[in-house]
Amino acid sequence: MRKWLLAIGMVLGLSALAQGGKLEIFSWWAGDEGPALEALIRLYKQKYPGVEVINATVTGGAGVNARAVLKTRMLGGDPPDTFQVHAGMELIGTWVVANRMEDLSALFRQEGWLQAFPKGLIDLISYKGGIWSVPVNIHRSNVMWYLPAKLKEWGVNPPRTWDEFLATCQTLKQKGLEAPLALGENWTQQHLWESVALAVLGPNDWNNLWNGKLKFTDPKAVRAWEVFGRVLDCANKDAAGLSWQQAVDRVVQGKAAFNVMGDWAAGYMTTTLKLKPGTDFAWAPSPGTSGVFMMLSDSFGLPKGAKNRQNTINWLRLVGSKEGQDTFNPLKGSIAARLDSDPSKYNAYGQSAMKDWKSNRIVGSLVHGAVAPESFMSQFGTVMEIFLQTRNPQAAANAAQAIADQVGLGRLGQ
Amino acid sequence: MRDRILAFLVLLPSVLAVGVFVYGFIGQNLWVSLTDWGKDPAQALALRPELRFVGLENYRELFTGFVDVRFRQSVVNLIFFTLFFMAGSLGLGLLLALAVDKAPRGEGFFRTVFLFPMALSFVVTGTIWRWLLQPQGGVNALPTLFGLPPLSFPWLATREQVLAFDWNRLPFYTAFVVGLVLLYVAYTAHREGEKRRAFWGLASAGVLLLWAFAFGRGLKLLPYPEVHGFSLALVGVILAAVWQMSGYTMALYLAGLRGIPVEVLEAARVDGASEWQLFRRIIFPMLAPITLSAMIVLGHIALKIFDLVFAMAGLDYAPTDVPAIYMYLLAFRGNQFAKGAAIGILLLLLVAVVVVPYLATQLRKEVRR
Repeated sequence: MRKWLLAIGMVLGLSALAQGGKLEIFSWWAGDEGPALEALIRLYKQKYPGVEVINATVTGGAGVNARAVLKTRMLGGDPPDTFQVHAGMELIGTWVVANRMEDLSALFRQEGWLQAFPKGLIDLISYKGGIWSVPVNIHRSNVMWYLPAKLKEWGVNPPRTWDEFLATCQTLKQKGLEAPLALGENWTQQHLWESVALAVLGPNDWNNLWNGKLKFTDPKAVRAWEVFGRVLDCANKDAAGLSWQQAVDRVVQGKAAFNVMGDWAAGYMTTTLKLKPGTDFAWAPSPGTSGVFMMLSDSFGLPKGAKNRQNTINWLRLVGSKEGQDTFNPLKGSIAARLDSDPSKYNAYGQSAMKDWKSNRIVGSLVHGAVAPESFMSQFGTVMEIFLQTRNPQAAANAAQAIADQVGLGRLGQ
Repeated sequence: MRDRILAFLVLLPSVLAVGVFVYGFIGQNLWVSLTDWGKDPAQALALRPELRFVGLENYRELFTGFVDVRFRQSVVNLIFFTLFFMAGSLGLGLLLALAVDKAPRGEGFFRTVFLFPMALSFVVTGTIWRWLLQPQGGVNALPTLFGLPPLSFPWLATREQVLAFDWNRLPFYTAFVVGLVLLYVAYTAHREGEKRRAFWGLASAGVLLLWAFAFGRGLKLLPYPEVHGFSLALVGVILAAVWQMSGYTMALYLAGLRGIPVEVLEAARVDGASEWQLFRRIIFPMLAPITLSAMIVLGHIALKIFDLVFAMAGLDYAPTDVPAIYMYLLAFRGNQFAKGAAIGILLLLLVAVVVVPYLATQLRKEVRR
């Protein structure tokens, strides 16, 4: 009797194994972003019911904790089947150069993704003839947020260049607004910097900065820090103590006129603060960057030595598909990376971003991992601190160049 | 004989485990700190990274390299934090202990209240105090309860520094301070009549001070001036740390105060000693050993501090940076493993400076017993 049970058990176990196996998905999507991932996983389970999906989420915004955990696991020889990573250099400069990822270009050709995704994005995720991850969403970094009603009250228009911005800032200060620009902690200051630098340098020189053709110490690049310093004079002095949400709150409460933040701010204002996009709050490309879409993207890759390779490839297929992206993105508050997604599923902000995504010049964000490897990005925070402490553009530029040399920024881009 | 073998066998696993997991890993960390792991992104996270031996290069960069200005600020922060945190905890703890000691009623209650913060972890303390020290709330809003205008001190957000000095003068200051300490050693030796010790103390102090004034001021670590000082943003962190640990020093001091024989105090009073003289001549000297052990405990907590700063100011805010945080940033975000390991070794040395002499004296005492 017992032998029989044992035999039956073994057969059942084996058949389950044959049908499915497992898939471990490593990400930092918890809290507000959790439901979007869960919807995607549900879709996966519908298609591959035999597979046991392990949702290995490590909490912490922007992956601050998850990346450290991932590093420990990879170094320890225990990679997850697939992991979330910012598309571009954050993946390439960390894991691809270390020969830890599989090339996905065959999958891209097979699924027709080379046409489905815009070329600017494909360029950002390519390195040495390979394509290294499947982008699931797109966020925009260079957006300026404001309340139209408030601006009308103050009698100003959203500025289109940083010069205009500085003039507007003076007007607002004369009207008693202490800090027209709302700013938060260190990384949001870097976030502001990349919008300023993109405007000062233009998209070509912005790209040159990251492929090593333009040095940080070049007068053009130093000028970005000068302008940034003047913009900072329009911002609140207690920035270091504020989260990005608190900085957005300042604008919503009318204590500040503008905030430069990625488009997750739209999600925050729409979902959490119950404001109506387009009427209660509005947006514009950050000054001087009209026609340029500075993007960042979450993506999934295939690490070498993944235990359930076939299941992972199926997951990547789903992540890159129209169905997958349109399930995920409206919930996450981002837009699809594909050009053919369905606008009716997105709100007013999402639709406007989709329009720009199709027509604008695409460049990558520094702070959010698209253009520079982790080793540069993490030390760029130090450059920012040097600038905030000394307010010396040349010192900041020198420090940035020193780090770029140290981590071989230019070498990687080629 | 059988007992000894048995004892040896019982101890063996833990000796092996400690040997591998503590000393083995310290050794590995030391080795990593002497390599270039992380310099080349292609090797940083490779499955089998190739490490090249670079000697003390990482240490040199930390103290004199261009991009590691933040490490130097973090060291300065650590020194100031340790000083003020120890002084604050010891001072407040002593005051609380004296107060509780004098109040026969409700002693148990107050003792519990003051000791309670120690039961919390630094992360909890940090979170609470971060709320309290918000620029537009908490402590700053306190005066509004009495109808006064709110304070506007940006506790954790200020970038102001006081006691600023040029990093280039570090050799001078170090030599100067060590020279003064040696002078003091010579002085006490002289008073105790130890001629040889007094002579050598005086001689080495003289050489050091002479060097400091003759050459120390001209020595340049960096080709440009680099100013570091005590960040006022640390005041908030120190407040929270003192709040957390002063209950512990209070408990220690209370025990110490109770340990002073009443007869001694009464005898002194009969002899006409004033209250101040009682403290100065009897109570403080008898509390000295307790102060020392409290300093050891507080000192190593201060040197290792990470979680409190993490919870209060986050990882990225340089004005409240400490080496442990910078180590985490370099190693686990920036993949600069070798440099992170070098900071780890420096921290280990710092803690050893505090703890090893203490352990040595304790050990010697036990042997004597």
